Amino acid sequence: MKILVPIKRVNDYNVKVRPNQSNTDVDLTNVKMAVNPFCEIALEEAIRIKEAGNAEEVVAVSVGSEKNQEQLRTALALGADRAILIKTEVEVQPLDVAKILVKIFEKENPKLVLMGKQGIDGDHNQTGQMLGAMLSIPQATFASKVEINADSVNVTREIDGGLETLSVELPAIVTTDLRLNEPRYASLPNIMKAKRKPIDEINLEELGLSIEQKVKTVKVESPSEREEGIKVDSVDALLDKLRNEAKVIE
Amino acid sequence: MRTLVIVEHDNENISSSTLCAVSAAQKLGQDVDLLVASSANHIAEKAQQIMGISKVLNFVGDNFKNEIAEDLTACILAVSKDYNFFVASSSTTGKNLMPRISALLDIQQISEVIEIVSNNTFKKPIYAGACIATVESQQEKNIITVRTTAFEKAVPEGGSGQIENIDIPEVESRKSVFVGNELTVSDRPELTSADIVISGGRGMQDGNNFALLDSVANKLNAAVGASRAAVDSGFAPNDYQVGQTGKSVAPNLYIAVGISGAIQHLAGMKDSKTIVAINKDEEAPIFKVADYGLVGDLFEVLPELESKI
Ligand SMILES: Cc1cc2nc3c(=O)[nH]c(=O)nc-3n(C[C@H](O)[C@H](O)[C@H](O)COP(=O)(O)OP(=O)(O)OC[C@H]3O[C@@H](n4cnc5c(N)ncnc54)[C@H](O)[C@@H]3O)c2cc1C
Ligand SMILES: Nc1ncnc2c1ncn2[C@@H]1O[C@H](COP(=O)(O)O)[C@@H](O)[C@H]1O
Repeated sequence: MKILVPIKRVNDYNVKVRPNQSNTDVDLTNVKMAVNPFCEIALEEAIRIKEAGNAEEVVAVSVGSEKNQEQLRTALALGADRAILIKTEVEVQPLDVAKILVKIFEKENPKLVLMGKQGIDGDHNQTGQMLGAMLSIPQATFASKVEINADSVNVTREIDGGLETLSVELPAIVTTDLRLNEPRYASLPNIMKAKRKPIDEINLEELGLSIEQKVKTVKVESPSEREEGIKVDSVDALLDKLRNEAKVIE
Repeated sequence: MRTLVIVEHDNENISSSTLCAVSAAQKLGQDVDLLVASSANHIAEKAQQIMGISKVLNFVGDNFKNEIAEDLTACILAVSKDYNFFVASSSTTGKNLMPRISALLDIQQISEVIEIVSNNTFKKPIYAGACIATVESQQEKNIITVRTTAFEKAVPEGGSGQIENIDIPEVESRKSVFVGNELTVSDRPELTSADIVISGGRGMQDGNNFALLDSVANKLNAAVGASRAAVDSGFAPNDYQVGQTGKSVAPNLYIAVGISGAIQHLAGMKDSKTIVAINKDEEAPIFKVADYGLVGDLFEVLPELESKI
């Protein structure tokens, strides 16, 4: 079986992103970029499934500018067999990405799409579910365990009340949560080998789609900062403050 | 036009996040209807009592015992033409479901709304809450999920909504099947709606030590939460995780114990009214957002705290 892994290019999670000076967008100049952590987890899972002999090929795909080559090279170094870059200079939103991924799905016919539950940039948490709906295939989101069977996949999901297990028929969309696995690091030889692996480039126009941007960002601000409070020197002092100043306990 | 709110429940009770979604929906200034899909009528009977709502669209069937996104999607689509606004909370149920509907109605959803500025303008946190974006929708129909901590709960009683029973739409062959679940049972208040939350981090060292938090929580009638590091290390179940990619909480009092205060953790709790940090490292970033910081060893502080409350 073939596994498709959509990879989003986002800020490194250690970087605190700020608004730009005119408050029209975030300022990403000089911000270190990376593979979205949830996509790393998705890729790791795909590679493990392949290593266990349950998949033949892992294909990474990213939608964005030429710069996304970087993240696709990382994916190749980690173990993806090949990569596809759908090129566009316009900002894409989840609905657009899902429509684009439909086209790639139709071309590639994967049995499984493994993707992140959310991008740590926009925190949308939408693309996987949208893709599932557009393709009329089932979804299992927020996965913390994935077991591949012949025609289905059993997925344990992290939900607000605890855990839930679903069995979904293949082909299916699975989106990853943090506990699914711990992604590996790329070894130097694999980084070298990745340079020779193919990245197919497709211009968005070739897919016959146009980007709609149905939602526009009109302002980006810093949240109101909390004022730094005080240090207390004992449990008694803390309880006194909580009882008599903040009045939050009795 | 009308607004449709998706009701979440556990087959017994309506979740408090739904009440927050209702009050967010009311800010849109249109009639608010509720959609209930459940295995018995009593959820709709509870839903009709929520103050200020008009109608309850009631779908009853055995397959609604578990909230399978594909099944719920079919229900919402069956009634979608009467609505131009669809609202759910950004719980795991809302997150799982709403994008499916958005895709089929060709709508770009807006997730985690914290403020409704007008019927086409919304505020939402991005980049782990490091920025707040104001977004404007150019669409005639909109789908939003709302962060429950940003909206008050609608009053659950006193309303008089009409129940409208609706036939279950045909769902194509079952491709998604519920196998089982392991739900966390606790006598304590629910994490996202508790008045007081006490959370433990990697500093707790061990799952057994969470008992120290439990005994303080019992005295304060607090919920217990955790950082990602504590959950990853197996100290606490996944549903305890507070943060950017876990739950958002905004209690009256949040006590962070052995938590450093990474931006991803702050994203889920920095709107709490009063924040207490207990950490042995006086440089820990958590102190920057804490109203009261206590520098000390949690293994000494927690037992003392428990004995003095
Ligand atoms: C994609 C992604 C998503 C994430 N989502 C979340 C999320 O939703 N929620 C979340 O919390 N994190 C999240 N994180 C992780 C986050 O970046 C931090 O790694 C995590 O919050 C750290 O947890 P911690 O503070 O418990 O551990 P640490 O950072 O290791 O801090 C432990 C603290 O305990 C203190 N300590 C140790 N021993 C004692 C003692 N005896 N007494 C008192 N204090 C003590 C130390 O001084 C230290 O400050 C995410 C990360 C990524 C990459
Ligand atoms: N531009 C993109 N290119 C490839 N995959 C994407 C892109 N945007 C989102 N995705 C996928 O969708 C997941 C969820 O992203 P989001 O819906 O933006 O939170 C990510 O983890 C990726 O797997």
